[in-house]
Amino acid sequence: MTGGRDMTADTPAARADAAVARVLHDVDHTTGRGVVVDSPPGAGKSTLVVRAAAHLAEGQGPVMVVAQTNEQVDDLVDRLATRHPRLRVGRLLKSGGTLPGRVRRHGNVTGAEKLSDLGTLPPVVVTTAAKWAFVKAPEGTPWGWAIVDEAYQMRSDALLRCAGLFERALFVGDPGQLDPFATVETERWAGLTWDPLRNAVDVTLAHNPRMPTRRLPVSWRLPATAAGLVGRAFYPFTPFTPGTSSADRRVRLPVPALGADPVDRVLDRAAATGWGYLRLPARHSLRVDGEVAAALATAAGRLLARGTITHCDQAPEGRELTPERIAIGVTHNDQADAVRARLSPELAGVTVDTANKLQGREFDVTLVWHPLSGRADASAFHLETGRLCVLLSRHRHACVVVARDGIRSLLDRHPSSQPLHLDVPPKFPDGWRAHQTIMEHLDRPDFLVGA
Amino acid sequence: MSVLTTYARLRAAEAGRAEPLATVRHVHLAARPFVLIPLALAGEACAPLAALVGAERERPELLIVAEPRDRTQRFAFVADLADRVLPHLDSFTRDTEEYTGRRDGAKRILTRCTEAPQILVPNPGGIAFLRLLGRSTRFRGTEGPHAVPPGVPLLGKWLTWFTDRAEFPGSSQLLAMTEALSVHWATGQSGTEDGNLASLIGWIAPPDGHDGHEAARLAEDPALRPPAGPATDPVFDHTLHELLDRYERAGTDPLRAALRHQLEKQLRSQLAPTWDLMWRGVDLLRSLPPGASVAGRWEFDRTLFTDYAAYLAETGLPQARRDHAVGAARRLARLEDATARYELARAYDDPLVMAEHELAGRAFTGVVIATDPSRMVKGPRSALFRPLVTLRTDALPPRLELGDKVKSPTRRDQPARLLAVRALPDGDAEIDLELEGGLARKRKPPAPPGCVPEPGEELCYTVLDTGHSPLAFPDDEATPWTHGGPPTPYTPTEDDADEAWE
Amino acid sequence: MPPLSYDARKIAALTTNPGCARRAVLDAAGIDKARLAGRLGATPGAFTQSPFALTRGRAFEALVKANGYAELITLLRAELAAPVEEARVADLAAAEGDRASVRTRARATERLLKRVIAEEDSRLILDHPVLTLEIAGQTAYLEPDALSHRIGDRIHVVVIKSFAAIDGQADPRKTAAAAREAAVHVLALRRTLTGLGASADLVADQFLLVCPKDFSNRPYGRLIDLRQQLDAVEHQLRRLARAEDLAGALDADASLDLSVQGDQGPPVVSDDHLARTVESLDYLYEPGCLDFCELSRHCREKALAAGAPARLGGTVGGDLPGLDHIAVALSLAHGQAEPDEHRREVVERLRAAARLRARCLGRGVAS
Repeated sequence: MTGGRDMTADTPAARADAAVARVLHDVDHTTGRGVVVDSPPGAGKSTLVVRAAAHLAEGQGPVMVVAQTNEQVDDLVDRLATRHPRLRVGRLLKSGGTLPGRVRRHGNVTGAEKLSDLGTLPPVVVTTAAKWAFVKAPEGTPWGWAIVDEAYQMRSDALLRCAGLFERALFVGDPGQLDPFATVETERWAGLTWDPLRNAVDVTLAHNPRMPTRRLPVSWRLPATAAGLVGRAFYPFTPFTPGTSSADRRVRLPVPALGADPVDRVLDRAAATGWGYLRLPARHSLRVDGEVAAALATAAGRLLARGTITHCDQAPEGRELTPERIAIGVTHNDQADAVRARLSPELAGVTVDTANKLQGREFDVTLVWHPLSGRADASAFHLETGRLCVLLSRHRHACVVVARDGIRSLLDRHPSSQPLHLDVPPKFPDGWRAHQTIMEHLDRPDFLVGA
Repeated sequence: MSVLTTYARLRAAEAGRAEPLATVRHVHLAARPFVLIPLALAGEACAPLAALVGAERERPELLIVAEPRDRTQRFAFVADLADRVLPHLDSFTRDTEEYTGRRDGAKRILTRCTEAPQILVPNPGGIAFLRLLGRSTRFRGTEGPHAVPPGVPLLGKWLTWFTDRAEFPGSSQLLAMTEALSVHWATGQSGTEDGNLASLIGWIAPPDGHDGHEAARLAEDPALRPPAGPATDPVFDHTLHELLDRYERAGTDPLRAALRHQLEKQLRSQLAPTWDLMWRGVDLLRSLPPGASVAGRWEFDRTLFTDYAAYLAETGLPQARRDHAVGAARRLARLEDATARYELARAYDDPLVMAEHELAGRAFTGVVIATDPSRMVKGPRSALFRPLVTLRTDALPPRLELGDKVKSPTRRDQPARLLAVRALPDGDAEIDLELEGGLARKRKPPAPPGCVPEPGEELCYTVLDTGHSPLAFPDDEATPWTHGGPPTPYTPTEDDADEAWE
Repeated sequence: MPPLSYDARKIAALTTNPGCARRAVLDAAGIDKARLAGRLGATPGAFTQSPFALTRGRAFEALVKANGYAELITLLRAELAAPVEEARVADLAAAEGDRASVRTRARATERLLKRVIAEEDSRLILDHPVLTLEIAGQTAYLEPDALSHRIGDRIHVVVIKSFAAIDGQADPRKTAAAAREAAVHVLALRRTLTGLGASADLVADQFLLVCPKDFSNRPYGRLIDLRQQLDAVEHQLRRLARAEDLAGALDADASLDLSVQGDQGPPVVSDDHLARTVESLDYLYEPGCLDFCELSRHCREKALAAGAPARLGGTVGGDLPGLDHIAVALSLAHGQAEPDEHRREVVERLRAAARLRARCLGRGVAS
């Protein structure tokens, strides 16, 4: 993505490239255990992983890449093989697994269930953390380097199971997204540096405090209208800038609004300002609130019906928004079901998913079911910073939030009062504060449309 | 909790009586449970004050500490408790049975105890207290300057083991009565209030002439129903304070004996009502038939009990203060596995639990309306025997997808696959399933009678399954650099044995 | 009878169930809620402290403070990166005499703080200081256990608690409550210092929690980050002005006067009159109230009488949006009434639950 950018002076591109160069320099010269790279949404994390993998394979010998899901592994292998067609890449498969089409098309990729079946050890081997846990290092010697992708979504115990394979690691991830998940609740390990419920980065830094943390400073995904708010609400101590200006990213709705229809009005707001907030009348509702589901489905339909055109660096002359470039983000699976059930057939290509499944993905326009909409209480789950951050940072152009009125008073009634464990550093920002920041921003005439 | 529980609570509130949340009992109940009701001195980290203990309803034994701030007396109390608990535990190690299990990576014939002990305490606070009591006693030395009776550290290790096991869903070795009852009944009060054993039982079995509301209110009066421990009633503490003071200052043995007698009387008055409640709780739980998987889980509990008793007989090192990195990760994996298995087993054992999954769309119940018991389908090599079953159900199961593997709790050995779902105009649905097994190994029709469901049969099917995959962990010595490297192995020290207990 | 002033615990409690206007008004007016509960015929619940807990708490505090806070200085050395020098202790309670009013001690505290700011006496630990904080138009007097001397140019609020930290773990709920109290103290200290022309940054946004280690009487100290608690407490204090507005909306004859005529004479205001005034204040009862509010059992009876489902817990309330009566919810669930459009989804789910339970228990839906 760096091609054709102005490499001089203090442009976003120059800053982003300098940051990547810094990371590669660290990797080449470190005498410690490795480097952590924090990346805000859409800051070129995958590009960095691909570059670092090729760089390490060339300069320091075989490198192993740890990703979290098979989907992520395949995406990564595809990018790696595309960008470096002469680099031999091994893909370890889960038992009974096969290479998907987008990976199989590359001549330089080999897939096998066992390391020994990949032939001579490929310079880059990629698979999931779960699979790595069962891999025996060749001839008992570990890899010099591992790259751990989406490291903030990896649980400490998953890292424990595979960290014996490598001596140094480059951890790459977005600290603002959802924390890893466990099905049991226990305070047994609170305060221990090796608490298995922590994420892979925190546990590694706790034991290797001198490991440097670098940051990718530019979000190429988020438009100028979103970068400031997302940064303020979710990355208060690690500022980043948008890679584009407001002039680069524009949204047009050629078909005019239907009178004073609130959905059309909120889309107009979002097209003009990058944010829209459709506020339905205050009412406590069930988790699945039919009116919110309907409003989201209608908004997706109107985006297409109004022939939405987006202009950006990739398409300066503008291109028509397609269903594939729209996402509807929700909190619970049954909310996704309710929205899908209301989508008309021509919207089948729209992605409707929970925050957990939208992590790492990118769209032009997102429509968001606010996690606190209609709720009578604000549980830790619904307040979780990462969930809101994922939902509000997937878009390249505009984001429309749909919620029932009453969220701000809900937040006032439910200040955060979490139990406090000794020796567990607080996470910033906490969900309550992040929600306040977002609502203070959205609750303004520039964005707000009442229904 | 789901809307089913919410609805049950509403009904209970309206009727003034608890509503069942289960049709079977999901916990094991031993023939001879050991009931232990501890009381602690307020303000201290872990100062035992008294306990009412025993495995016989008619013979509760009262143990007290007349000077709870005195270290020697505390150890004397723990030794007393050990004298009651350890023989009870020991009595289970004599009768054993053989079974085939894995040890050191190979199949072997092993033995396990035919029965195992079960400890019942009133509430989660009781478990937390036993955990601390275990922590403060298991490192003690039985020789040297700070020697304590051998039963003290041994009891400490057992208490630690029991409280560790209590964290595992599905384990019945140490149960808190309020939690065991709350799994099976919904009251017309909140979960917070259900933490009071007296008021919880007041809802489940209100005394004659009272409803649950009234029974619960009466139960909240500490003068009528003293708290079930380990915390005491602050008002009672004033009486206790005075007595303890007088005891400490008493100059003569007869006076001390008289005061001790008074203390015992007072403490017994605080504990006796809870003793009765505990056994009423046992009766209530016994009134439910055990779920089908309860015996299997108890068998696992028995195996673990046998193994730990053997460990204590050999090495017998106390458990570490905190888990090491590998131990913690391993334990988390076991906890997650136990949680998933217990959840599944409860649903398979109990239609009321399965109903939660039906409501969430992961299961459905229908009546068989047609079958094709001789159906053959084309397979990769040869034709496959796949009988077809069509059910009619009153709602579309939203979270089932065509091709999903499903199973029925009443036909657990018969995997089936969802072939088609047809919505009917009246809101009902017809569902086609093909049977993929459970046909007495027949490869072609006819299947023996009973293998294929008959029209008219009511069946529940669900997608629930445990996706259990074994996990590999490094050895402690191979703890990686990301987790601090190998830990120093634990060796008992003089300091451990001499830890302050003030 | 003088009104009970806010203390740090009460202010911190504002961040638990701040939606309850009744409690907000009663606390703002300094009403003794336990006595009020008694007058309303309710038991206040077990909020008295055990004599054992009191003794133990005092003994532990004395131990930490013995020998010129030697233990505290040792803990600060272990916990802070900056060098910790010896310090002198000024005991505000002792200096002003046991019977000195909080006002006197507050003035003395301020005098000493001036010296600390001016660096005339920067190595001074303030024992039993009294800080003031303006809340909803009244002055609250706060009594932190201690304020550390200036270390690395920061003053640390010290909170001494008698719950133990065992193998490095303390009760997380009690720790959280201690942190909320500490946040109130930090806030008050910062306002006092800025009032004296100093920078608010002089107060650390961490506090030192001191509690017994394991099963011993040895003190154990940990620094705890307060930034989130400060944010939450400040937010609630900003909103608090509304308590006065709420009280202003009371009837002209409303009264919460609990005093009696003469020494033991009849009450100035009748029980009925008190009850009417209390009922005119909106309350928000939830089961969690039982843990901290003396009036909670009174409100619980009112919620019971009103048929409010929320008294069964947050999950139950959350499952019944728009249905605020248990009997109504059940009659809708049993098909004895029909819901309006807004409540259709909720009622359909309840009906599904009723059908499933009836089937599993082999009984009729409403039986």
